[in-house]
Parts: sequence; C-alpha cells; structure tokens
Amino acid sequence: MSISLIVALILLVMIAAGFRLGQARAWRAADGRAGALHSLPVYSGYYVALWTGVPALALVAIYGVLGDGLVNALVLGGMPQQVQDLSAARQETFMAEARAVAAGLYAAPSALHAQAAAAFARLQGLFTWAVAALALAMAAGGLALARGHISRQFRARNRVETAIGILLLACSALAVLTTVGIILSLLFESLRFFAAVNPVEFLLGTHWSPQIAIREDQVGQSGAFGAIPLFAGTFLITIIAMTVAVPVGLFSAIFLAEYASPTARKWIKPVLEILAGVPTVVYGFFALLTVGPAIRAAAEWVDAAVPFLSFAVPTQSALAAGLVMGVMIIPFVSSLSDDVINAVPQTLRDGAYAMGATKSETVRQVILPAALPGVVGAILLAVSRAIGETMIVVMAAGQAANLTANPFESVTTITVQIVTLLTGDQEFDSPKTLAAFALGLVLFVITLLLNVIALRVVQKYREKYD
Amino acid sequence: MTDAALPAGASAPDPSAAIKKRLAARYRAERRFRAYGIAAIAVAVAALLVLVGSIVSQAYSAFWTYELALDVTVDPERIPGDPSNPADIQRGDFGVMLQNALRGEFPDETRNARIRELLALSTRLNSATLGRRVADNPALIGQTIRFKMPISDEVDRYLKGQATGRDWVRLDAAPAVTPDADGETAALRLSPADAARIADAVGDAEPSVIVFSNGGAWRLSGPAAQTAEGEQLIAPGAPGVEDRALILSTPEADRRVSDAQIAWTETLRARGDVKAAFNTYLFANTDSREPELAGVFAALMGSIFTMLVTMVLAVPVGVATAIYLEEFAPKNRWTDLVEVNINNLAAVPSIVFGLLGLAVFINFLGMPRSAPLVGGLVLALMTLPVVIISGRAALKAVPPSIREAALAVGASRTQAVFGHVLPLAMPGIMTGSIIGLAQALGETAPLLMIGMVAFVADAPTGVTSPATVMPVQIFIWATSAERAFEARTAAAIIILLSLMILMNAAAIFLRRKFERRW
Repeated sequence: MSISLIVALILLVMIAAGFRLGQARAWRAADGRAGALHSLPVYSGYYVALWTGVPALALVAIYGVLGDGLVNALVLGGMPQQVQDLSAARQETFMAEARAVAAGLYAAPSALHAQAAAAFARLQGLFTWAVAALALAMAAGGLALARGHISRQFRARNRVETAIGILLLACSALAVLTTVGIILSLLFESLRFFAAVNPVEFLLGTHWSPQIAIREDQVGQSGAFGAIPLFAGTFLITIIAMTVAVPVGLFSAIFLAEYASPTARKWIKPVLEILAGVPTVVYGFFALLTVGPAIRAAAEWVDAAVPFLSFAVPTQSALAAGLVMGVMIIPFVSSLSDDVINAVPQTLRDGAYAMGATKSETVRQVILPAALPGVVGAILLAVSRAIGETMIVVMAAGQAANLTANPFESVTTITVQIVTLLTGDQEFDSPKTLAAFALGLVLFVITLLLNVIALRVVQKYREKYD
Repeated sequence: MTDAALPAGASAPDPSAAIKKRLAARYRAERRFRAYGIAAIAVAVAALLVLVGSIVSQAYSAFWTYELALDVTVDPERIPGDPSNPADIQRGDFGVMLQNALRGEFPDETRNARIRELLALSTRLNSATLGRRVADNPALIGQTIRFKMPISDEVDRYLKGQATGRDWVRLDAAPAVTPDADGETAALRLSPADAARIADAVGDAEPSVIVFSNGGAWRLSGPAAQTAEGEQLIAPGAPGVEDRALILSTPEADRRVSDAQIAWTETLRARGDVKAAFNTYLFANTDSREPELAGVFAALMGSIFTMLVTMVLAVPVGVATAIYLEEFAPKNRWTDLVEVNINNLAAVPSIVFGLLGLAVFINFLGMPRSAPLVGGLVLALMTLPVVIISGRAALKAVPPSIREAALAVGASRTQAVFGHVLPLAMPGIMTGSIIGLAQALGETAPLLMIGMVAFVADAPTGVTSPATVMPVQIFIWATSAERAFEARTAAAIIILLSLMILMNAAAIFLRRKFERRW
C-alpha cells in the first residue's frame, strides 16, 4: 500500500475520532444536559473534525500541486554544471528520464541519469515522509487545540456555519474562475500565435493552409493563416441552418402556443425536445451517411435529367451539414419562442378578438410584434449555438478551406479547423497548434457578443405589461 | 342601417358581398397560417423519425453476426516453453493452428493465391482469443477443440445480403461434371430445364454464377447453357451444398468478397460450421481495427469513469453554488458577477471548454492526456451551469413558509436551509443533475481536444489510464473507411442513446415520484 493511501486512511480515522471526541467533550461540559450548551454537541463534533482535517488536507494538497516542482528544482540544483548548461527543453527531457529511472521503469542510460535518479529517490522519499509526518502532526495538533476550545459558552455552531459559508462562496467562485481560465488560456496562447503571425493577416487573409514544412528545404508553403475562408464557411453553414430552423421553429412555437389543444401540446413538445437531446455526434453520423449521400444522389439525378447542366455534389457539403444542423437547432428556436409567446398577456389576444380579428391576424399583428424582442433573442442564441457547433460540421462539411458561397461545395468552419489542428500529433510551440487557440478566441468572442446582444435586445425592447 | 332606409329603386352596391368576399379571403389566410404551423411540426417530427429510422435500420444488422466454428488441434509443438506457464502458452503460434484448421476444411486446395483467400475468411487476431482460452485451461494442449470466432466482416456483409444480390436456383438434376486434366476447370452438363432456369435468372446482366454439386463448386466461365465451361472453386467429394446454382448480381470486381470465398462460405454453412449468433463481440470486446472484433466495452468503461469524475465534481459544487446564490448571497457586485458568469458559461461552445482543458489541465498542470480524469473535469465545468440553474429553480420552488417556520422555531439560517429547504428541493436538484449528466455523456467535441480520440486497445482501469468514451468511439468508427463499421457505428449509437434514455427516464421517475405541489 502506498504511503499516501495510508496517510489518507489515518487522516480519515482521525477526523472521525475528532468528531466523536468533540461531541463527547461537549456532553461532558454540559453535564449531560444539552440545554446548558450554546450549540448542540454535534456542532462541537463538526468543529473539532474541521480543525483536524482541513489544515492537514490543505498541506497534502499543496504538496501534491507544488511538490514535484520543488523536488525538480532541488535535484537540478544539485547536478553538475554540464546539466545546468543544457537548454531548457533538453533539461526537461533529462529530468523526465531521471524520474522514470527513479521510478524503476528502466535502467539508467548514463552515470548522470543514475546520479539524478538517486537524488530524486532520496528527496522524494524524504519529502513524502516529512509531509506525511507533518500532516499527521497538524491533524493531531488541530484536534487537541479545537478540543480545548469547547466549553459551555463556546459558539461552535457559529464557527461551523462560517466555515460552511466560506465553502459555499468558494464553490460559487468556481464559475468565475472557469471564465477567467477560459479567457486567460485563450488570450495567452493567442498572443503567442500573434507573435508569429500578423493579426491583420489572420483576420483578413483569404488563404488558409496551416501545414508548415518540417524541413527547411521542403517545397511548399510556410503555412498561411488567413482565416476568411473559415469565417465564410461558418457563415454559410449558419445561414443554411437558420433557413431551416427559424421558419420551422417559429411556426411550431406559434402552433403550439396558439392553436394546439393541451393534449397535442403535451405530446408534441417533448418530441421536439428530443431533437435537442440527441448527441451531436449522432447528427454528424446522420449527415455523413444519410443526408450527404442523399443530396449527392439527388444531384446526380438532376445532372442526368437536365441536359446542358453539369452538376456534381460531394458527399461532404455545406448543404448537408447546414440542413442537419438546422434540424438540431429547431427545438432551441421553438421552445424559447414558445415561452416568449406564452408570456404575451391574454388581454392583448382578447382585445384583438374583440375587434373581430381572426387568430392568424392576432398572431401576426398583435402577438408577434409584442413578442418580437424575445423571438429575436431566441434566434440570436440559436445562431450562437450554430456557430459553436462542432461535430456535425467536422463529420459532414469537409476539410477544404474553400472560399465560396455555393452550398453544394464542401467548406470548412472555425470549429472544424480547431479540431483538425489539435487532433493528432502536436508540438506546443508551432503556430499551427497555437492557431487553434486564436480561432477559439474568435469563436468565444463571437458567441459572447451574440449572447450579450440577445440579452440586451430582450431587456431593452421588452414591452412592459402591468 | 337597413335596406328599407335606402331610397327605393337606387341600385347601391351590395356591401355585404364585398365583406363576404373579404371574409372568405381572411378565413383562407387563417387556414393557410394554421397549415404552416402543422407543416412546421410535421417537418420537425419527420426529421426525428428519419433520423431514428435511418440509425435503427443501419444498426439492426450489427446486433447479430455470423460465426465460424472450426475443429482446431492445439498442437503442442507450436507452443514453445513451459506448458504450465500461461504466459508461455500465450506466446504459442495459435495463428498457424487456426490456419491449419481452416485449410483442413478444404484439403484439396493447393494454389497459394487461393489459400490466402481462404485464410482471409477469419482474421488472424482471433488467435489471441484462442491463446487465452488455452492458457486458462492448459489441459486442452494436444486436444482438438471446437473454436468459434466471428467470420471476416466482408463475408459477414455478404451473408447478411449487403455485399451483393443473391439468387439461388435449385437444380433438378445433378450436372455431369467432366474435370480437365489439371483440375482447374471442368465441363458441366446441365439438364435443359436447369440451364433455362439459370439463364432466366441471370437475365441480361453479367453476374457470377456458381454451380454447386456433390460438395464441389464451379464458377461458370461463359453463359449458362446445357454444356458450360466452369472454373473449379472447390473440388467435389466432401459434404457441401447440393445441386444448386448461386447467382450473384454484383460482379466480383465490385465487391470485396471473392467468388471463391463465397463458395467456401456457403459450403461451410451447409456443413453447419457457419451460423448466425447474437453479436456478443460488440459488447464484450474493446476497439479493434478489424470490424468483426471491434466492440464498445472500453469506450463504455471510459464513459463510466468520466461520468463518475464529472458527477463527483459537478453535482456537489453546483448544488453548493445554487444554495449560495439562492439562500445566502447578499445583493452585491460579486453576486451579480457570478450570475452573469453562469449564464455566459451555459452559452459558451463546448469546444472552448476543450481548449481550456488542453491549456490548463494538460499543459499547465501536467495531467495525463486521454485520461477520464481530465475528460471528467472538462465535462464537469460544462455541466456546472446546468446543475446550478436547475438547482436554483428547485430551491426557489420551495415555498418561503418552510424557511420562515424553521427560523421561527429558532433554527439558524444554515439549519433552515440544510435541514428543511434542501431536503425538499433534493428531487428537483437530482432531476436537473441527471439531465445535465446525460447531456455530458453525449458530448464529443471537448474530449477530442484532450486526446481521448486515440486508439485505445484496453479497457481503462482507473481515472488516469488512457481511455476513450462512447461518443468519441462513435466518431472514430463513423469516420473509418471500412464499410462494416457503418452498422457497428449505428449500433454503438443505439447503445449510447439507450443509456441516455435510461438516465432521462430515471430523472422523470424521480420527478414524478417526489414532486410536490405547494
């Protein structure tokens, strides 16, 4: 059994013991009458358990994150000059090899490796034991200290509740931390990319071919990072998707909200929502193996039926990806629009009916204008969903960076290129890999802007009915 | 105004006619509008039906497969080393034993090219399974055992009728066969009725015609006539298909299973060595480059480990955040910031979370690539907003009177929340969490970023061993060149969808069972 597991087990036992001891101490202080205490005895137990566990676990966690780096630095510091003089990358490789030797994965390839491995083994053993001993000592100390605090007047409950409050606050901070992490990682890697590639060339260039020659003398390009074809492809597919999703989604929402009987509504709404629950990779499979070949077969039929027309469509086309994506987006448009239409007050409908308007006239001239901001918001959210969608386009739109407005050709999108650039072998310093992060940044900014605009539209133009 | 009030004899235009006309137009518009709505819903429902229908129709054939059963002699000479040591046994040359068993079925075949074709009826990778079986039971060494394995994917497609059209013609009389001196061709004399029926079934096309008789098989070299020249595929004499002609509508050049392979397969089927069975390989095996051996087991285990990590992280943190925002948070800038962030995170494209995972977890924190741990972390961050939003809705649905009653009898705020509000909100929170996890189960794109797309031969044993997950396995198979993977991809989709439906059903059950209306 590894030492960390033993320490973890001992800590668990100590925490449980702390809980028991704290509770017992509280009962003793109260002479068996809980009413005499400020807090219920169970809170004294929690209090002692917290003091036992939290500092020790924090120490272990800190060592887990920083320990490797510390050991690395110490081993490196103790190595002869010739290792110190190695380039950073070589040094890293050397250390990784030494670490593997220390772990017994293979025999030392050189005396230096053996020396480093010995240092590793010694320091790691030392640190592990030291941290284990320190953690257990801290747990014992925390237990004793906290147990000493407990008396009749001790406000154990308030202390525990403060700790819970801090925990809840920390959890809510994670959402903010995630956003910060996304922005920082995208920005940081994008800046490294823009150090190698001019941002203007990236945003306005029309030639995309990110492959970089491996050898200096290789014939070919040094990589071109003009992202306009990707933006155009994304735009084309989004337009096709919205051409399907907006009419179908909007009319479905109107029918469900205004015409359908409650029974029909109860059945149709979940069926539409199933479309949103299907994994995108399934839509991709559908587009690749059913819709794409069907479009190609239809094109071949048209080609054969109409003379003087040469018309061929590849299996992977913007149309196939766009149509299937449109189907995927339908429930987003319909359920958001449905909510908005239902939020229009009944008095408006009644007013229109009283004037003699038919149902469709009421919908077109009263309800839709009233619900318009919400509908626009829903459509913008759907657009942002379409732009960020990955699997359908990866599987069905193709890889060729064509700058075209023809839906029958294969195009590529931002998300497809991110996937293409980051799957397979990657070296983390080449512009090819970093370009994916720049594309990710563009994607993040576009979707963020769309969401902010959608929210603004809804808030600013919303009619207030009170 | 009534008609009587008009001056007599004045021919005023009849206003009611115009109104009637306009009314009719308005009602027509009304009906049109209603029809648009119905059409829209029909389009959406039809799209769903086509989607499900196309997947089910492609998947069903992958749930059963044809198995080849051979009598394999476990040759002790092919197992070097200590026969009591399982590791030594597994190093034995079981591939050759399988090949010998297959060649033993057609001992007359001596041409090397034909033997290579014959051996292609099953993949060499089956030898590993045989090796394991013998290693588990060393007493089998030296014995002849019945060994079942999946037949090659192309032959399987032929047997399922997917590789070519097949038409059997029963012959009334056994053809008289006069073999040539070299045994490669033979002159076949068919009865006039048989020749006419074969010619009838062939029609104008130029398909392959294989005539079976007396255990042998010949491919007709020319048109079917009473005296026909035939290339010998199987020498007669052994048991096999009796007196039939097989007409294959796809020419041999356009399919990946040859006429000879078809003749052997049909003969083996007539001998009872090839049988259809439930495709257990699909469930029990890990990924393989041979479609007939590929299964989803490793991906399923990877999905389970990834979901465990996601659940352990996303649910407690999400619920804690929901409790904080709904019950404790003061109205200040920090709270606003958190709320805006959560709403934005819910709309960030999933692939961006993959970039975050790659940059932070793998490059910055040095976590292993392709590991369920990193995949689970990334999916947890993605699922967090779903859990938080549904958790807040569930907490909000608990009426304030519960809180106030608890506070009135002297409970602290924390006690009121954890002792009274949270238990009542729990069904709603669990429902939302399960739906969020089901979404995460189907997520693919972010996992491609963190290297879960690599070929993984073994099922993962923990959260740090290399793994792939169900949706990524589907992606890998769907983009693979082998035709036989298409059906298996669809079958994997059915398995994934069943899991998701199961999770959603659990969520609906929870909601139905514990939902309270206040």
